[in-house]
Amino acid sequence: MEEIEQPSRNNLEGLKGWLNPSRYGWERISYWFQRLTGVFLLLYFIGHVYETSTIVNGQNAWESFLELTQTVWGHLFLILVIGACTFHSANGIRLIFTHSGIGLGTPGRPDYPYSPSSLNYRQKSGIWIALILSAAAMYYGFNILFGE
Amino acid sequence: MNNTDSINEDKIVLKVYRENRGQKSGAHYDRFEVPYKKWTTVLDALLYVKSYNDPSIAIRYSCRMAMCGSCGMKINGIPRLACYTKISELETSTIECEPLSNFPIIRDLVTDFSLFFNHHKDIQPYIQSNEGVETDTEKKTFSFYQSPEDVDRYLQFSYCIKCGLCNSACPTAGTDLRFPGPQALAQLYRYYADTRDESKKRLDIVDDRHGIWRCHFAGSCSKVCPKGVDPALGIQLLRSYMLGISKDNKELAKKIEINTDKDNNSN
Ligand code: HEM
Ligand code: SF4
Ligand code: FES
Repeated sequence: MEEIEQPSRNNLEGLKGWLNPSRYGWERISYWFQRLTGVFLLLYFIGHVYETSTIVNGQNAWESFLELTQTVWGHLFLILVIGACTFHSANGIRLIFTHSGIGLGTPGRPDYPYSPSSLNYRQKSGIWIALILSAAAMYYGFNILFGE
Repeated sequence: MNNTDSINEDKIVLKVYRENRGQKSGAHYDRFEVPYKKWTTVLDALLYVKSYNDPSIAIRYSCRMAMCGSCGMKINGIPRLACYTKISELETSTIECEPLSNFPIIRDLVTDFSLFFNHHKDIQPYIQSNEGVETDTEKKTFSFYQSPEDVDRYLQFSYCIKCGLCNSACPTAGTDLRFPGPQALAQLYRYYADTRDESKKRLDIVDDRHGIWRCHFAGSCSKVCPKGVDPALGIQLLRSYMLGISKDNKELAKKIEINTDKDNNSN
């Protein structure tokens, strides 16, 4: 007998279910990335405001903080910011339309095998394009930051 | 041939989640070997185990044909109807049956749908003809005229069998008990889009911090729905009206009073 942990009373999937976006197709991955990049950008934004505000402490403070981004890890971090920004904006524009009911098709008479019109290929392509744009932006950023 | 990864010729291992809160034995899995054919469903396999191995496994089912919505469970980690899932389609040698996530477990594979049904009731799932009043059936009987286009606005959503798979897959329902869930939200749209429904207050029910705005269109509900309801579509269309992007220009169905007086009808 293989004992396992008993779930909580309401058996909610919670964060554990959230952390695995691989079970429900591209739309779930889009949701996952949108939030991940959103939270990441929020943290970056707070850090960014803090970084730029060091200028009130004079040029030395500003420059010593700026040096942080001139390291290899600093560069890699900025590349992540570029990727997150690109994906979040491109996919965000797509989501603004879907949340407004645009581009999802109209209700009809579903026939087996059912293929939900809201999960159509136009929307999937939007997610793929956001991912490709993000990868391209990161590649471009990599070449600028690490290039000669 | 390696039998652990490829499909065994005619037998699979059914791994069943067991839990009985009234008893000391904690949650665990039981394994059973079950013979199957091309057409054997997971429900068939569970019933086989109940007949020949262990009658104490608790399951809920009725129609065996994807109509009653009672046999929902997680099969290989994804919410599905046991009667609508063929073993041969799963292409694994071990099939894992677990209770639906986001529903309290009663025992083994049986979950508690009370909250789910309450969310459904909250959206007032019935046609209201005059502000909050149900279709008047006391004295007068009405007949509504609806064109096929009028019917198409809501028909697909009315196919919902209340199986709860969508709520089990939904990441928001997985963290927020007050969120109505894809099932109730899609049903709200079903009545809102119906030209027989005159309610003006429907949208207010889900215009709440824990209401429709918590939907992030992860689409998982539509992915798992066994009836092609596409709840995610209903929710986004509903939100479009609530945001004022789609204009509410619904023309109410013409009501024709039917004379039910027997004396007048008989010749
Ligand atoms: C520094 C700027 C930004 C920050 C800090 C930020 C932050 C966030 C956060 C934390 C989320 C997650 C919330 C959620 O999962 O719903 C989110 C989601 C979202 N963001 Fe942004 N965002 C930024 C810029 C943008 C831009 C430029 C766009 C549009 C082009 C955008 C569109 C969206 C959309 C549509 C969502 C999804 C909402 C939903 O899931 O329902 N964001 N953002
Ligand atoms: S919308 Fe689909 S998945 Fe959700 S309860 Fe109805 S039939 Fe089941
Ligand atoms: S037994 Fe009725 S839906 Fe499966």
